[in-house]
Amino acid sequence: MTGVNRSHGIMAGFEDPEQLLNAARRAHTAGYRKMDAYSPFPIEGLAQALGHKQTGVAFLFLMGGIAGALGGYFMLWYSMAVDWPMNIGGRPLNSWPMYVPITFELTILCSSLLGFVGTLALCRFPEPYHPVFNVPEFSRASRDRFFLCIETSDPKFEASATLRFLEGLDPYYLEWVEQ
Amino acid sequence: MPNTLEKVRAREPIASERSPLGFPVRMIEGEATLGSITDQIGDIPIQHPHKTFWLMGFVLSIMALGIFGIAVVYLLYRGIGIWGVNIPVAWGFAITNFVWWIGIGHAGTFISAILLLLNQKWRTSINRFTEAMTLFAVICAGMFPLLHLGRPWLFYWLLPYPDMMTLWPQFRSALVWDVFAVGTYFTVSLLFWYLGLLPDLATLRDKTSGARQKVYAFFALGWRGSAIHWERHQMAYLILAGLATPLVLSVHSVVSFDFSIALVPGWHSTIFPPYFVAGAIYSGFAMVLNLMLPIRKIYHLENLITQRHLNAMGCVLLATCWMVAYGYISEAFMAWYSGEVFERYVMFNRAFGPTYGWAFWVLVGINVIIPQAAWSRKVRITPVLLFFAALSANAGMWLERFVIVVQSLHRDFLPSSWGVFKPTIWDWLTLGGSLGLFFTLLFLFIRYLPMISITEVRELIAFKEESRL
Repeated sequence: MTGVNRSHGIMAGFEDPEQLLNAARRAHTAGYRKMDAYSPFPIEGLAQALGHKQTGVAFLFLMGGIAGALGGYFMLWYSMAVDWPMNIGGRPLNSWPMYVPITFELTILCSSLLGFVGTLALCRFPEPYHPVFNVPEFSRASRDRFFLCIETSDPKFEASATLRFLEGLDPYYLEWVEQ
Repeated sequence: MPNTLEKVRAREPIASERSPLGFPVRMIEGEATLGSITDQIGDIPIQHPHKTFWLMGFVLSIMALGIFGIAVVYLLYRGIGIWGVNIPVAWGFAITNFVWWIGIGHAGTFISAILLLLNQKWRTSINRFTEAMTLFAVICAGMFPLLHLGRPWLFYWLLPYPDMMTLWPQFRSALVWDVFAVGTYFTVSLLFWYLGLLPDLATLRDKTSGARQKVYAFFALGWRGSAIHWERHQMAYLILAGLATPLVLSVHSVVSFDFSIALVPGWHSTIFPPYFVAGAIYSGFAMVLNLMLPIRKIYHLENLITQRHLNAMGCVLLATCWMVAYGYISEAFMAWYSGEVFERYVMFNRAFGPTYGWAFWVLVGINVIIPQAAWSRKVRITPVLLFFAALSANAGMWLERFVIVVQSLHRDFLPSSWGVFKPTIWDWLTLGGSLGLFFTLLFLFIRYLPMISITEVRELIAFKEESRL
């Protein structure tokens, strides 16, 4: 066991997704805010139980889509009607039905690219080092175990009280997380 | 000490269950725990079992890829005159292969995106593999229009960029639409595939050590299964699926515009977009079955790819087969009903013409009649029979594109401009070589990445009670 100031937090391990979900709810009710839960597959409602409200991901996809649609159509209109107008049998230069496929594809492309890059950025990826990887048992977070980590930066964090609180959640594993 | 989940699992019966109508319902056979399936799937890339099979397959693929290389180098040296293409049949094998390959890719997106939105849980065991198949098929598809350009090194002329000639691509051309459609399709498929792969790469990182661990860790980007990351990941995955769904329909529609926008009799038809999309999913499912069934057997994945999956894929095969058949009937009917002399002539020539009439009837036989075997439940759940039904459909869909491309072009409006296309040895070598490219990528994928989504199978196990049917 190490001192508070050299630690990232305390990690509790559970054997069951339901247990983790309950633990997260109880920790949030107890007033803890700076914490994170780790699981080998997505558990519905876990992020909400931790007090996480919105992902912001959908908004990025929407912005990318709007940019792609407007930018795409502008490129087609500018190139075909303004910069290099070609009179083909007197047909309108801004022949929008012919611009639909490319505008559509660029909408999808820009939306996906911004959404994808934005999602990674929101998660702060790539992030090769993180203190939780120092816990030996944590390699099972990508296998069959479920973890809750309350961080020392939480204003309510108090070494002995937090440790006692986590013990009360009946974890199979409890460990300090080295910085 | 087994945890609660494992205790629940231990009580489950092992024998295969059936629905009241006699269909297999289990998506995972036998006993499985979070740990056991992590090992079963994750150990394939790590421990590399069945080395002989893999090595033989890989060496054969590399040899075919070498043939592709030779065919391409000779093509660049001599020009596309080495192929059998001519005027009027300027498209020949190149465009046939292009449409065939890109169609194969469509099943991957159908399984991963559309079935995800429809909440079809049985997609879980096959989506990773089919998404990889999509990527590799699109790479093969992209080769052909590029090689067919005549001067492939100038391919970038198709892209809008500020060039010294101050020219733009002709954005009203369906061929330029293709560039955008296929390019977007590849990019979005890659992002979707990688996003789904991210947690599994982290699993492999945690299971390996040394240099391999570093490589997996690099691509896992530091994934640690945080609840907040999972939530963003799931949201992004779902939206990407939502975007990929109209995208996949648009891609083959745009491919069909290459034909239907033109005035050539036999091409100029409004049935083309839906008929091409259905055909794409049909050939794609056939290819999934052709690849999956042997791999399922060799790598002993029968507990994850169960009879239920085979049954479902057989049903999709049959349904899309009928959509394609409807397309044939509609084409023939519209040719007659239009009263157009050229349309009628091309349709009549397609079925009874002296040069390519045989191809049409072989096509009907292997693409429509043989796959009807999938009506039988026994065929749908017997891997060998299903494999041959799918193989027939796969070949049939290639022949269909051949008939559409070559037969329609070879008899134009003016009898003076009629011609005949005869494939040369280089046509065949390029087609066979592209299979080498495809299988080389596929074997590398099997070797180094988990071919079934470990994460999603874990979810199935954890929430088994609700996902049974």
